Amino acid sequence: MTHNPYLIHPARILERKQESTDVVTFRLQLTHSVQQNAFRFEAGQFNMLYVFGIGEVAISIVSDPDEPAFLDHTIRIVGRVTQILGHMQIGETVGVRGPFGIGWPMEGAKGKDVLIVTGGLGCAPVVGAIEYIFRRREEYGAMTILHGVKTPHDLLYRERYDGWRHQPNTKVLLTSDEPGKTWHNHVGVVTELFDDLQLVPDNTLVMMCGPEIMMRVACNVLTHQGLRPDAMYVSLERHMECGIGLCGHCQLGPFFLCKDGPVMRLDRVIPFMGKVGV
Amino acid sequence: MNSDSFQAPSPRLFLRKNFLQLFHALKQLGYQILGPVLSQGAIQWKTITAPEDLPIGWNDRQEPGSYRLEQDSHSRFFNIIHGPESLKPLTFTSRETLLVLDRQDHTFSAKEIQPEIKPTAVLGVRACDLAGLAIQDRIFLNDTYPDPYYEQRREHLLLVAVNCTKAHPACFCASMATGPKAQYGFDLCLTEADEDFLIEAGSRKGLQVLEQLTCSLASEERIIQDKERIAACAASQTRRLPTANLPDALYEAHDHPRWDQVAARCLSCSNCTMVCPTCFCHGVEETPSLDFQQSEHTRVWDSCFAPDHGYIHGKNFRPTTKDRYRMWLTHKLASWIDQFGTSGCVGCGRCITWCPVGIDITEEAQALSQPSD
Amino acid sequence: MVETQFSPYRKQPRVAVVKFASCDGCQLSILNLEDDLLALGAAIDIAYFPEASSNMQEGPYDIAFVEGSITCPEDLPRILELRQQTTTLITIGACATSGGIQALRNWSDIEAFKQAVYPNPEYIQSLSTSTAISEHVSVDYELWGCPIDKRQLLRVLTDLLQGVSPRIPTHNVCIDCKRQGHVCVIVSQGLPCLGPVTRTGCGAICPSMGRDCYGCFGPAEHVSVQPPGVPPNMTSLAQQFHQHLQLIPVEMVRRFRGINGSVQSFSKESDAWESK
Repeated sequence: MTHNPYLIHPARILERKQESTDVVTFRLQLTHSVQQNAFRFEAGQFNMLYVFGIGEVAISIVSDPDEPAFLDHTIRIVGRVTQILGHMQIGETVGVRGPFGIGWPMEGAKGKDVLIVTGGLGCAPVVGAIEYIFRRREEYGAMTILHGVKTPHDLLYRERYDGWRHQPNTKVLLTSDEPGKTWHNHVGVVTELFDDLQLVPDNTLVMMCGPEIMMRVACNVLTHQGLRPDAMYVSLERHMECGIGLCGHCQLGPFFLCKDGPVMRLDRVIPFMGKVGV
Repeated sequence: MNSDSFQAPSPRLFLRKNFLQLFHALKQLGYQILGPVLSQGAIQWKTITAPEDLPIGWNDRQEPGSYRLEQDSHSRFFNIIHGPESLKPLTFTSRETLLVLDRQDHTFSAKEIQPEIKPTAVLGVRACDLAGLAIQDRIFLNDTYPDPYYEQRREHLLLVAVNCTKAHPACFCASMATGPKAQYGFDLCLTEADEDFLIEAGSRKGLQVLEQLTCSLASEERIIQDKERIAACAASQTRRLPTANLPDALYEAHDHPRWDQVAARCLSCSNCTMVCPTCFCHGVEETPSLDFQQSEHTRVWDSCFAPDHGYIHGKNFRPTTKDRYRMWLTHKLASWIDQFGTSGCVGCGRCITWCPVGIDITEEAQALSQPSD
Repeated sequence: MVETQFSPYRKQPRVAVVKFASCDGCQLSILNLEDDLLALGAAIDIAYFPEASSNMQEGPYDIAFVEGSITCPEDLPRILELRQQTTTLITIGACATSGGIQALRNWSDIEAFKQAVYPNPEYIQSLSTSTAISEHVSVDYELWGCPIDKRQLLRVLTDLLQGVSPRIPTHNVCIDCKRQGHVCVIVSQGLPCLGPVTRTGCGAICPSMGRDCYGCFGPAEHVSVQPPGVPPNMTSLAQQFHQHLQLIPVEMVRRFRGINGSVQSFSKESDAWESK
């Protein structure tokens, strides 16, 4: 048989970090050295992770592409596969198939200011890009990280945000739709944070991740501030089963998000984003 | 698949009384033969060993939501135009076990399951089915990750096409430029007449078979005569799909009131996608043994009309029948072109005939391509 | 031994199989598991299953499979008590899940039946309706069918043993019918098949025999989801039966008022045809 893209390769859990009650980050390593040595990925690509006897789920790779022997994945317990995956421990084996998809434009962002806008719970796919930039800090311009949550309780990676604040030439702004007793950040929607940013539209690249409606609104506001749609990238989510553009589930308009995305340039997808029933 | 450099010799005449020779020739080359066989009130691809296994003297009457077989006074082999099955079940099978995984202590191993396939000759393939197969080839074989299961099944096929000289009311291949004449992708092609067949080779493999048959050279007059019969079949088709500007019109029709009207009829039952020669959606079923030591990883046909097709943790992007019908039609006739450079519709009319409530894709596309006001 | 490292039950879960008003056919489906019974016995502790064993242990139970509908006054305290004693309660079959064939009484006068059938009707204690378990207590999972599909039951158990929420398919019969290569009996034979609107699980057994589905697995999920103002799919199928397959209103009522007749999407349709 020619190369079989459906073949699942075992990988060992090397490290495990409980990010919150229902969010866990794993460090995986492919069990067989041949596969381990051949595995290369780009920031923002994803793997299909498999739990024995339960099934597969698409999860983005958040570790550094220059260390391809380690595959970090942050998962949230939301469905059947993650119910089990989320409770697995160091030394246990999961399956890996990948890497698939098109990730963040890390090359194109070089020398530019980078604005990261995330909303709700869906910020894991962009964490890999943020960490990538900080490991190569001098290659990128000013970093601005905006993150909006519904309630203060929804904020994940609190320590990470605190750590990012201390990076050079970096601004981190958090906001919550609802106020909270211990919430000392902005209260309101994420787009309200744009007003005081003083972006340099011609030299800024935007990476976004979150609910489609939030991204759509954010993109509109940024466009009004002079940012070009082709300088904005969004990470989109649909059900994925095959990861290779064949099973038909992840379609968004003419795109298969598993192979044309999950990161898409805004001008290509804006007509389809947040549209009812699409 | 057929070699590009193949030069087809001119068509021959093959007498009906010699038709068994074709079976012998194919058998000798190691092929099992599938052909249209009367089954469950329609025809299905089944193993045949002699011309008598074909639905001789039967006709199909197809209308939106209705399919009936009737006996006729002709003794033609291929008078039934088609049944619910295109070539799809032979290459993109409804169930395909991809892997079997075995658990060992804290790890597991995955084993690829090789489909067991015999070289298979399919007798009685229609032009629309060849067009459908060509589209599926593009989907499953011509991208970054060719599908190895499809590939193996595909490589084992030898296709004997039959040109259509009559159409049923749901046919609209002429407007899709896919038929009624088989244009590409066949190994042999027949045009049936009362006493004989015009037979032409479309590939080296086909020619190899043809050379073993007792044939005579077809006269120019006969070739023209058959061409005219096929042209008459095309002219007899009453349904057509508006192809000009249809993709743009459909993209713009997202809020068209017609979607509500068709949703009131559509059962969201998936029958159209199951009989469609090009629909390719599938899912994977994971079936562990009760002792959880082994698990089977199996691909099954899915449909954009299925309730969980657009579902991802807690959200269904397409919860209503309206969303699903709009997804199907817009994909089939618009976004398919962006994805694969061709329409997803070949005009076979199966989705019209096999829709339990007789929804007509040509009628819907026509209505949706008109402004809503 | 079954691998239970993910299981929330840690040891063999204590399982009860409990009967209300029913024919026992679904319980028999469990006993019909044959090849898997031994493995099943090793994986679970069958604490209460009178149909299979006289060793009837008291609760609490990790899992209870409930067969049958609520038809008698004494059923009510029994189901409430069982719910209190059970972590995961799963209905098995049409009776428990929708009220079953005996829910046809819901359209009739139960007193008239009693008078007609029993010489001493005053001894008969019966509720005027047959109702689903979910109308009385919360139900964790529902297995439809008359009877249930034993593979579905096995899969639910396998999932629970691994600590994962069982996924019971919600699509319709047609998808599995076509995956198996059957020809549509509505289109090719004009039979009033309910497959398009019926939940899968049976393995398309009736169409595979050239017969029309009569909805014993209940309505498929999609039949209730329509945009505002658009009638349900069920109505479109009914129109087709009436206009093209020439079913008269009384036949339409019977078609939709069957084994799962009291489920809302079926009962709305049969009631609509009764008034025609």
